[in-house]
Amino acid sequence: MQPLQTLKFIKKEPPKWSAGTVSTPVGPIFRASSNWSDADRWGMIKSRTGAFRMNYFVAPGLYAIGDPTADSHILVTANYKLTFDLLRRELKGMNAWILVLDTKSINVWCAAGKGTFGTEELIRRIADTKLDVVVNHRKLILPQLGAVGVAASEVQKKTGFRVVFGPVQARDIPAYIKAGYKKTKEMSTIQFPMLDRLVLTPMEINPAMQKFPWIAAGILLIFGFQPSGILFRQAWSNSLPFLLLALLSVMSGALITPLLLPFVPFRSFAIKGLIVGILSMSAVMPLLDQKILHNVPLRIAAWLFFPIMSSYIALQFTGSTTFTGMTGVKKELKVGIPIYIGTVCISLVLMILFKVREWGLL
Amino acid sequence: MHIAGSNDSVQGQGMGVAIKYLANITTLRYAADKCIGCGRCVEVCPRGVFVMQDKRAAITDKDQCMECGACARNCDFSALSVNAGVGCAAAIITGLLTGREPTCGCGDTGSGSCC
Repeated sequence: MQPLQTLKFIKKEPPKWSAGTVSTPVGPIFRASSNWSDADRWGMIKSRTGAFRMNYFVAPGLYAIGDPTADSHILVTANYKLTFDLLRRELKGMNAWILVLDTKSINVWCAAGKGTFGTEELIRRIADTKLDVVVNHRKLILPQLGAVGVAASEVQKKTGFRVVFGPVQARDIPAYIKAGYKKTKEMSTIQFPMLDRLVLTPMEINPAMQKFPWIAAGILLIFGFQPSGILFRQAWSNSLPFLLLALLSVMSGALITPLLLPFVPFRSFAIKGLIVGILSMSAVMPLLDQKILHNVPLRIAAWLFFPIMSSYIALQFTGSTTFTGMTGVKKELKVGIPIYIGTVCISLVLMILFKVREWGLL
Repeated sequence: MHIAGSNDSVQGQGMGVAIKYLANITTLRYAADKCIGCGRCVEVCPRGVFVMQDKRAAITDKDQCMECGACARNCDFSALSVNAGVGCAAAIITGLLTGREPTCGCGDTGSGSCC
């Protein structure tokens, strides 16, 4: 008999992470293993670095951990496979049900913000899986960060299931249950330690580096463009220090600022990025001895443009933190966007000035 | 005995979460007179903004609020409101350019690389 699955997700074989089935009044339910395979580990790495994560999901529905009965706990989660993998690993040794919502391959926090880890989807999934037949009790344990999208009282009214919001981290679930569904302050709080910040940096660096060829082409064109046409050798030798400074400003905004976030002064991300951009440039400039850097308009343009580029890139990191909010980011943009545009314009004027002098027009 | 009103902070009970964002910016509004002490806000807030005091909720540090909206969504007594939305700079910029406030676009077909 086919385990209960939403029609579009029916596959011919059991999932690779499953370990047999558990029989229930509604039919066999896949049991999720609590161990990770090499494929699971590799999947986690790939998820942190690129577009792979957009299609990394498990079919929504009901799954088992261990040998759950009609009295066992129900943990609710998202169908992003990394989320699911982290949960099933932390439930090792327990007997429980896992209810997976269709969050379109997105983690709990982001999905809750968008509404997909939400009241409607939870109600729908409870009905789909005939959960009220599988268990005797009426209690659901949700991840705390799911509260952004789930109105507990509405779920209770429509399904009879009472929602409790468990700890933020899956690893605290066993202790939470053991303590009688009580959370410590630590379990209820989301932190943002350096390791968590570090694993987010590839997804800051990648988008920035995807725009890098455009910046590089622009720089090469500025130096190569001569009355006689485009001179490549001269373009390359003059561009090199500026290409390095551009790369440095990407790393300042996308890697160094996130990594050192609490240690950089001021609360504004734009200012943090600016400070790191200026400091890193100060460290590197003495090491660059190319003559082109002594050109005054270009030097001023570089000192204006590259720290500002670092500032803009650092400001993008606000979308990935656990403590910045929309109103604050809007305020940063209100002040920052005119400054960014102004700086780009001044830099352009200075580059035109350089060109005009180079061609002897002034 | 001081009973914390809507805009007071309960000193000394702050979570001490290390890193903070801009001060005095949150749109969180708490009407203590509507609170019946159900404790849901304490249960759902991931930043320790709320604590129970004298059978009602009290605010520890408003600046810890990141406007996620979990508290307002789970308060059945209309004691809480907040302007929750996507706090992603790229999404807000796109919204300014297109004249509305879109989501990041993650989860939509053919979209970018966030989340």
